[in-house]
Amino acid sequence: MKRIYVSEKWCLGCHLCEYYCAFANSGSDDMAKALMNRRINPRIQVEERGGISFAVSCRHCEEPLCVKSCITGALSSEGGLITIDKNRCVACHTCVLVCPYGTIMPSDDGMMQKCELCLKNTIGEPACVKYCPNRAIIYEDSDVPAAAR
Amino acid sequence: MKTKQYVIIGNSAAAIGCVEGIRQLDKAGAVTIVSREPHHTYSRPLISYLLGGKTDRQRMRYRDADFYETHGVRPLLGHTALSLDPAQKTVALDDGQVLPYDKLLVATGSVPFVPPMEGLDLVSKKFTFLSLDDADALADAVTADSRVLIVGAGLIGLKCAEGLSGRAGSLTVVDLAPQILPSVLDERAAALVQAHIERQGVRLLLSVSAARFEDGAAHLTDGSTVPFDVLVLAVGVRPNVSPAREAGATAGRGLITDEYMRTNLPDVYAAGDCTESFDITSGERKPLALLPNAYLQGETAGLHMAGGGKPFCTAMPMNAVGFWDLHIVSAGSYTGNAYVQCEEGHYRKLVCRDNLLQGFILIGDVLRAGIYTALIRDRVPLDTIDFELIKDKPGLIAFSRRDRQKKLGVKPA
Amino acid sequence: MQMLYPEYEVVRNPQRCITCRVCERQCANEVHVYDEELDTMRSYEEHCVACHRCVSLCPTKALKIVKTDHTFRTNANWTGEVIGEIYRQAESGGVLLSSMGTPKDYPVYFDKMLINASQVTNPSIDPLREPMETRTFLGRKTVRVERGPDGRLIDNTAPQLTLSVPVMFSAMSYGSISYNAHESLARAARELGIFYNTGEGGLHSDFYQYGANTIIQVASGRFGVHKDYLNAGAAVEIKMGQGAKPGIGGHLPGEKIVGDIAKTRMIPEGSDAISPAPHHDIYSIEDLRQLVYSLKEATEYKKPVIVKIAAVHNVPAIASGIARSGADIIAIDGFRGGTGAAPTRIRDNVGIPIELALASVDQRLRDEGIRNDVSIVVGGSIRNSADIVKAVALGADAVYVATSALLALGCHLCRTCQLGKCNWGIATQRPVLVKRLNPDVGFKRLVNLVTAWRHEIMEMMGGMGINSIEALRGNRLMLRGVGLNEKELSILGIQHAGE
Repeated sequence: MKRIYVSEKWCLGCHLCEYYCAFANSGSDDMAKALMNRRINPRIQVEERGGISFAVSCRHCEEPLCVKSCITGALSSEGGLITIDKNRCVACHTCVLVCPYGTIMPSDDGMMQKCELCLKNTIGEPACVKYCPNRAIIYEDSDVPAAAR
Repeated sequence: MKTKQYVIIGNSAAAIGCVEGIRQLDKAGAVTIVSREPHHTYSRPLISYLLGGKTDRQRMRYRDADFYETHGVRPLLGHTALSLDPAQKTVALDDGQVLPYDKLLVATGSVPFVPPMEGLDLVSKKFTFLSLDDADALADAVTADSRVLIVGAGLIGLKCAEGLSGRAGSLTVVDLAPQILPSVLDERAAALVQAHIERQGVRLLLSVSAARFEDGAAHLTDGSTVPFDVLVLAVGVRPNVSPAREAGATAGRGLITDEYMRTNLPDVYAAGDCTESFDITSGERKPLALLPNAYLQGETAGLHMAGGGKPFCTAMPMNAVGFWDLHIVSAGSYTGNAYVQCEEGHYRKLVCRDNLLQGFILIGDVLRAGIYTALIRDRVPLDTIDFELIKDKPGLIAFSRRDRQKKLGVKPA
Repeated sequence: MQMLYPEYEVVRNPQRCITCRVCERQCANEVHVYDEELDTMRSYEEHCVACHRCVSLCPTKALKIVKTDHTFRTNANWTGEVIGEIYRQAESGGVLLSSMGTPKDYPVYFDKMLINASQVTNPSIDPLREPMETRTFLGRKTVRVERGPDGRLIDNTAPQLTLSVPVMFSAMSYGSISYNAHESLARAARELGIFYNTGEGGLHSDFYQYGANTIIQVASGRFGVHKDYLNAGAAVEIKMGQGAKPGIGGHLPGEKIVGDIAKTRMIPEGSDAISPAPHHDIYSIEDLRQLVYSLKEATEYKKPVIVKIAAVHNVPAIASGIARSGADIIAIDGFRGGTGAAPTRIRDNVGIPIELALASVDQRLRDEGIRNDVSIVVGGSIRNSADIVKAVALGADAVYVATSALLALGCHLCRTCQLGKCNWGIATQRPVLVKRLNPDVGFKRLVNLVTAWRHEIMEMMGGMGINSIEALRGNRLMLRGVGLNEKELSILGIQHAGE
């Protein structure tokens, strides 16, 4: 299955992935309009410290603890893609408690959201990958991406 | 090969986990679910959200409406399994049906525990709060000016209070313990949450219990009297070990299983709230009535029943709960050296022992708590990570570059 | 007191800025700052070098950099630039330093030459349908016919470089540009079947694997030179001069001589790397010949030796001497060539245009009957495929490109390489900046550029009815001048358009 891989070697800590993520999932066709004057809640987040930085988003685990732990059945896994049905979420935060990567987080309305590889929005491919200026986030089909070999 | 006959007693998280476990490996076997409750599988913890209008019967389904069809399950809903015969490998139902099984899962859940209390039988409107039917009955009984008394300030009692707020006229919760949520929180955290709950207009009476009931009033041990229209008994739950124990299954407080969820009876498995789990953080066996635990146990049983799978040995206490938008997550046990941060609306406690994170409580800012949970679950030696770095804010940055790369999928260059 | 107003202004569109702060994070010059109190971005424009890193990364196109319209009293002679330079020197007492090629408005002869195309007779060739050869070989072509005892010819061809397209990446040292820039160049050269050049900083051990596509340089400082180094590449280049700074040496300050750079240059960390103006062992063509043959000895006569000079007034005579020194290839660098740092006055006032140098050298070597003893490679602002076609028609065997390659890697020609704070990760050694150039991205962009050029070269060749780059070389009939005087036309050896 195609997965997102991040490489801290090339991550610049520019945080553009976060903004493109928020924009991609905003439903708007204009980033300025979508994101101006508000705190964004992206589904990918950059961790950084002392020159080290890397972006973290859902790993779409083969054994997804979030799906197995979800008390409402809002989280499900199909063909390796883990999605959340926000309509069924009650923001109990069990997924937050079990996700070992810390990649499920509250959306603007408080219900949980997570990376769905932009397959459900209009971008259709992960925006973080598409717009990373240094190819630090890649979307590849193998367990060991070519760039890291 | 003959198709296997799987019988599952129960229709909640463990049962569904079992079905999904079986179907990962065995698409052909016949799966029958026997459930006392007549409902499609639903999420039990959502009954308080249903009361509060935050979900509805459609959305509180634990799986899609066509789950039984898509998973080839014959649901026998509204049927109680009365007994099982491990020698004949059959289950007898209340309507006289006898179901043969090759593999049986007992996922009978828990039942409310109601201690003997004087005068309780005099109370006309009294309820427990564990099932959808309980919630429906309670909803029917409570009106806008009902005075509701809830006995028990644990998760069930307080979630019930939250669900009823806005529906009932007044809410009083009484508990014998000196703090709320004693199974989840320490004293300071409990005080913080208590204050928050009291700000919502809920009256909390602690360190007292009902000495005696009459219809419409509870006389407390401190001599005071609380009048009420509706009484909710939320003192606690007990694993429902029947009818497995009667058939010879070993049980302590709950049914005893191995790490594949096998009981001592051949081909009889048990999972979910009816069992005891081995808590990796305290090293004790105890009932862990938690939905994620139930699902994982059920899945483990299902996989093994179908001839595969791997052991489940990462059980621990774990709770994610919110009261009036104040989020609380906790995991593990709290014996050890504690790192505590406490301020208004925010609490953070991390407990370490033997170079391991053993448990934590987060209130307010609970983001990325799963990184802590994983430290406990994976028994990560703290001297192999930069733990200091993530005491205030969980992150993968605490791991070594190699481990980070392993986690994020890129092979070390 | 500040005598100078910032040269560039940051224009931020408040209706588009989402205060994502990417401009702040990406500007090593610290132009952009987030103001927490006002929740807006502010600019310190006096630091801006107009490198456009912020503009390129701004996700909402909220930024642009404009030249200030602040001005002195209009004066065609005492321009704002001249005045500013005087203020700076009056303050510092120092030599003005600049980077990259001269921005001055000297004539660009490439732009005053037009290429021919076939009509009716000698029909044009469609490169998509017909074979079209852009491969070329660099090295001495003249051989003495020798036969063995059995009467068979003895192959005594001098060593050659084989180029899939007549383009090479010219010398940029590891030190002047980053590790990742070098990796990008090396990988692109290998992918393209061409060569890149180490410059005089030595060769990082990681890059020995690209040796078959590497030209290793020996310059006046002899930094990083040892036997394995000489044998690591496909050819050895003796750098006598550089177009951007003819007649002077180089100076990489000690603070840049750190870690792998010091190791690769084989000098202590923190010591200045000073390349003398002359090679201290070369004062004549005979001396040069000694070095050429020393290097040939060291490489067992298996690798061509290149001698690189700056295009200066007497370049035809110098080239003639070099051709006679035993060199296989002469590289001539025009005065518009780039540099990582050069005194501004030298860069802007010394040397001659490459077009004129090339034409006169090619003619001189032909006149002397020694043109086939050497190949000619020219550099110094080769900007596109048309420049390459024109250079080949004027007599070049191949071209050297550096500025174009850096542009492909992201360089925006801000011309402040000498500050070491390249926001594009090219002309810097700061790790946080170096990592901005991912060679996976960089090498692909270089490959794309040269591949695109190759397509265009083939189109232009096809148009002329020429199907091999070798047949274009020195074919000055394919060029016509526009707006050139008789003298210029005669030096270029071309006719005027219409003739």
